[in-house]
Amino acid sequence: MPNMTGSQIFVQSLINEGVDQVFGYAGATICSLMDEMKLASDRINYTLVRQEQNAGHMASGYARITGKTGVCMVTSGPGATNLITGIATAYLDSIPMVAVTGQVPTYLLGRDIFQEVDIIGAVTPFIKHTYLVRDAAMIPQIVKEAFYIASTGRPGPVLIDFPQNIQAQEVKDPVFPESVHIRGYNPSIKGNTKQLSHVVRAISEAKRPVICAGGGVFLAHAEEELKEFAHRMQIPVVTTMMGLSLLDTDDPLNMGMIGKFGNRSANKAMVKADLMIMIGMRVADRAIMEPAEVKKRLTTIHIDVDSAEIGKNMEANIPLVGNAKLILEQLMEKCEPYDTSEWREFLKDYRETELTRDFPEHPGVSPQRFMRALGRQLKEGAVVCADVGQNQIWACQHLFMHGIRFMTSGGLGTMGYSIPAAIGAKIADPGRQSVVINGDGSFQMSMNELAAIRAGQLDVKIVIIRNHVLGLVHQSQVLPPYHGSYGVELDGDPDLHVLISAYGIKSMALHDESDMEDKIREFLNTDGAAVLIVDVDAMCATTE
Amino acid sequence: MKQTISVLVENRAGALNKITGLFSKRAFNIDSLAVGVTDDPTLSRITIIVDSGNSVVEQVEKQLNKLVDVVKVRTLSEHSMIGRELMLIKVSATTTTRPDIMTICNVCGAKVLDITPSTVTIEIVNTPDLIRSFEEMMRPYGIMETARTGMVALQRGANKI
Ligand SMILES: Cc1ncc(C[n+]2csc(CCOP(=O)(O)OP(=O)(O)O)c2C)c(N)n1
Ligand SMILES: [Mg+2]
Repeated sequence: MPNMTGSQIFVQSLINEGVDQVFGYAGATICSLMDEMKLASDRINYTLVRQEQNAGHMASGYARITGKTGVCMVTSGPGATNLITGIATAYLDSIPMVAVTGQVPTYLLGRDIFQEVDIIGAVTPFIKHTYLVRDAAMIPQIVKEAFYIASTGRPGPVLIDFPQNIQAQEVKDPVFPESVHIRGYNPSIKGNTKQLSHVVRAISEAKRPVICAGGGVFLAHAEEELKEFAHRMQIPVVTTMMGLSLLDTDDPLNMGMIGKFGNRSANKAMVKADLMIMIGMRVADRAIMEPAEVKKRLTTIHIDVDSAEIGKNMEANIPLVGNAKLILEQLMEKCEPYDTSEWREFLKDYRETELTRDFPEHPGVSPQRFMRALGRQLKEGAVVCADVGQNQIWACQHLFMHGIRFMTSGGLGTMGYSIPAAIGAKIADPGRQSVVINGDGSFQMSMNELAAIRAGQLDVKIVIIRNHVLGLVHQSQVLPPYHGSYGVELDGDPDLHVLISAYGIKSMALHDESDMEDKIREFLNTDGAAVLIVDVDAMCATTE
Repeated sequence: MKQTISVLVENRAGALNKITGLFSKRAFNIDSLAVGVTDDPTLSRITIIVDSGNSVVEQVEKQLNKLVDVVKVRTLSEHSMIGRELMLIKVSATTTTRPDIMTICNVCGAKVLDITPSTVTIEIVNTPDLIRSFEEMMRPYGIMETARTGMVALQRGANKI
């Protein structure tokens, strides 16, 4: 083999990992790397974002749909710092991601030269692992390790900081390893048999069991196993925000989303249950508001691949560490189905009420009724990305989900996530309908990516819930102990129709509910990208 | 309660930063921390003493285990370990007080490393508690400066982490 430069070795390593898509933004310290990306453009597609944060979010959307590790690539200094929110967002949602940052030459590190920042120091508290490449000969090993760490155990982002001089460094006969062994990293997989038998016993003894499923079920690719287990055992299911769409809304076992912003039916199920089987969730405050209360009231089983999550926010009666897919398979072998009809019968009314109840009248469109109607018209396999704010909560509570995949920034609650995530999802699987549910504030945090939609001619459908305020904040400001709305009115907003048409994208408006179904149909059937702006009153609340 | 955590980590740049970051993120104070390379040059041992409850230490242990650079973690119980710390202490001394200081050093197994007409500099190796008692004994003579290494520890008998 001839000599290879660090950049060549790096791109070859990406190809070896099966990377076919990179989201990025060029700059001085990755010129050499970008040049190799150009030469490899028949193998790796490159998408230019309009701000580096969105490279992280697109990689996240891509990863969540393909199940592969998303890759983003940005320059040093400001490129790297712009990416930080993307990394933190992925970390809080355990998304497999490899982020590559350019860096100043190794011999100038620490001198604060042009566009140098200690990006590793900055992201260390919220990243799974980091590498600084000091020798190009190490690149194959580092890249292999990075992808292995990002995608196994509890997935998460890994950063590779890649100095300019190492990109240019020549290596004679670089060695590309087939596998890696990392002595400090042995993610546990299979559930401990003794613990498993405790779980089986607790389930068999429960009268009112409920499964609480989180995003970890998606991450373990255990969607089918979860459905099968719940159905075989006839155990009702609630989900966290990250677990939404694991079960269809019209699945009789599905009680909805728990927590502060959850469905009444789901919270009711939690209150009345005598056993909670938590799978792939981390007992975060929004889902489980009072862990001490829950612990007192019912028996808890906590299944997670990350042992550090078990007992972090709530002590579980029966902890079980392992991969959700394998554990569900193990449970299906061991658990005997039993009669839960009385319990299900009891819950049925609550669910029906939640699914059919009406909402107070406000001027404009009822966002709750809109979500129900929108969901009914989505295609099988659609990917829906909700942003952050009231728009997100309404989508979580009321979007009718049938055969779709719902995604949102559950852990960090990063405004602006939905558009780039939906772009990543669309690129991952162009055949699937890709729909964004956005707020008018959040839209303006990533509307620059309309350019990425236009450039890629991507069929992404964007709903903007326009209430002219930062709604979720406004909603709490107008209640005691606060003194009313402040700093949340979106004065100065552009004419969105003009703005969107400047990108050559079609926009439509929904002012009231008289023609809601038709407008939704027209919007979803538009050729290519389209935006639907839905007028919602600022006083509409998620608590209605 | 004081607890001793012994951690074997990859001997590479940034590893220590990741470990101490876990403590600062949770706003825990580290009482003492000692780092040094082991007989295997690719591994360092970090010995950390924290003052907190069992559940807190258990959580920290789990978080430490998650770090890729951490190879092994063990919380050492007081009875199962041997822990030692080194202190250098500079004390004011006059011709009248010096013999007393020397007597205390002898009794406590401390070594005098340096003497000037007005000072004595002493080395003592012991458990953190006994070092503290020794420091109290020296206080009346006038402590000018001290430097402590932080405790290092190994398990008793054939056990290793
Ligand atoms: C980057 C970021 N900044 C601030 C917040 C705090 N925040 C949460 S919801 C929200 C309002 C969002 O407004 P909008 O996008 O219009 O959605 P709405 O609630 O009106 O539906 C804000 C400011 C956040 N989550 N993320
Ligand atoms: Mg709004």
